[in-house]
Amino acid sequence: MNALSIQNLSKQYTNGHVALDNVSLQVKEGDFFGLLGPNGAGKSTLIGILTSIVRKTSGNVSVFDKNIDVDFPAARSLLGVVPQEFNFNLFEKVWQVLVFQAGYYGVNRKTALGKVEELLSRLGLHEQRNSSVRMLSGGMKRRLMIARALIHSPRLLILDEPTAGVDVELRHLTWKFVDEINKNGVTIILTTHYLEEAENLCKNIAIIDNGKIIENTSTKNLLRQLDNQTIELELSTRLKTPPVLNDFSIELSDTTTLKIQCSRKADINSLFTMLSKKKIKVIGMLNRSARLEELFVKITGKG
Amino acid sequence: MISSNWIAFRTIIFKETVRILRIWTQTLLPSAITSVLYFIIFGKIIGDRVGSMVGIGYIEFIAPGLILMAVITNSYGNVSSSFFSSKFQRNVEEMLVSPASEHVIILGYAAGGILRGSIVGLIVTVISMIFTKLQVFDLLIIVSMVLLTAMLFSLAGLVNALLASKFDDIGIIPTFILTPLNYLGGIFFSISMLPEFWQKVAALNPVLYMVNTFRYGFLGVSDTSITFSFVFLGLVVLALYLLSMKLFISGKGMRN
Ligand SMILES: Nc1ncnc2c1ncn2[C@@H]1O[C@H](COP(=O)(O)OP(=O)(O)OP(=O)(O)O)[C@@H](O)[C@H]1O
Ligand SMILES: [Mg+2]
Repeated sequence: MNALSIQNLSKQYTNGHVALDNVSLQVKEGDFFGLLGPNGAGKSTLIGILTSIVRKTSGNVSVFDKNIDVDFPAARSLLGVVPQEFNFNLFEKVWQVLVFQAGYYGVNRKTALGKVEELLSRLGLHEQRNSSVRMLSGGMKRRLMIARALIHSPRLLILDEPTAGVDVELRHLTWKFVDEINKNGVTIILTTHYLEEAENLCKNIAIIDNGKIIENTSTKNLLRQLDNQTIELELSTRLKTPPVLNDFSIELSDTTTLKIQCSRKADINSLFTMLSKKKIKVIGMLNRSARLEELFVKITGKG
Repeated sequence: MISSNWIAFRTIIFKETVRILRIWTQTLLPSAITSVLYFIIFGKIIGDRVGSMVGIGYIEFIAPGLILMAVITNSYGNVSSSFFSSKFQRNVEEMLVSPASEHVIILGYAAGGILRGSIVGLIVTVISMIFTKLQVFDLLIIVSMVLLTAMLFSLAGLVNALLASKFDDIGIIPTFILTPLNYLGGIFFSISMLPEFWQKVAALNPVLYMVNTFRYGFLGVSDTSITFSFVFLGLVVLALYLLSMKLFISGKGMRN
């Protein structure tokens, strides 16, 4: 079954701007789906339509075969959303935010309170249980939004930039958490500007630009399109000029760092042989290919 | 679906109760203080010189109106500010993305307004008992008029909040419409004292019917017909309900 099915979806805002232009998209149940695209591409607009915060101009949307216009109570119950912008009542306490949200979905108080304890613990927010939302840091608010989206146990979770402004440690915690949620059978749609995040988490990726889907394939397929890689070598020998070698474009980042670009199929052994011959000693190596990022620039023509 | 809508409805009432109690100095206290002032200044100081109004001691005459005025301003204020701030902070989206129907949200907020109106009404009633002896002529009329009045002004507050796009917009109506309606609604005088033309104008004011019917519940005297009052106010409630439903569905300021 498709967790999400979008057909010919268009959105023109009242000011005339066309944010989505005839978008069709399917997301399979159980998928971890990345929706990528530059600022203003239409990602949040698309998510807004799924959650009824934005009204579509035309097209059809179903969540687990429930049409969002015809069978909206069922469709909305199946869906949980973490919006891009904070939208809390800042004066409510953390537990209240969650219990109220559960209540709007018809979850009774007792069930909700149990779920509150579970989610707050798993997201590392238990100490903040009785704090009011305005006392939370940005990262804590993001996690609270994730807890809020999950309080009614949806089958499709939509995350609009869940790790924006979140530090490295917390980002990893968030990744681990959503990955677990996905393994437990919840379908996930994620938008992010951290391509590393999409590369690590998503099984399938669509790229949207100017309101149009311009790529929609598996993450593997997408990365296969990349034929170049960047390698960085750390040297114990100081150099003034970079060595020259066919098939490798070599630059000197500083006196002890070489930045090397080559094809994915290049013979790296020959590179080391050459360096050994020149008595250049390598003490460290990094693959610097921000792979998806390169691809992104290639596809959208934007950096 | 009925039971989940019922849970959603109760949740909104619970949320509103939490809010009322959290900011009680803004929600419960002001009317208590102003009513004490009204009773001292109008009831005692001026009332002693006025003597009686339509054969009733002045302070006794104004007490029901003062109670009802508190119900009116508090039910209106509760819904207009609570709903507008949820629109403003965008946490209204928490409800919009949920399966809760528009009816549930409207009725939930209205119930929150009725709750605050009733609590404050009760507080002012207790205060009035310090200054005068309240008799009860018909308890059913008293209670039903409080509920109907609170419902009407809760819905009016909701309409205001739905239309408002900035905080100023929810201050304008109370100042320019609500206060004049209250003061001209026969709280402090019997409309039989007005010249005939102004009596006709006053007859268009819904507050007049509320105050008189409510006063009838205590004193057994009224300037207006009791049955007509209930029917008229019932129709206003219905109209406001339909209007708020229409505005809600239009989604102005909530959905793009
Ligand atoms: N309420 C609105 N009225 C008019 N235009 C809008 C409105 N909201 C968004 N837009 C426009 O629609 C386009 C898509 O916006 P959207 O927020 O969907 O982009 P996005 O892909 O989420 O971008 P970002 O990565 O910056 O979050 C943008 O050009 C934006 O200016
Ligand atoms: Mg966005």
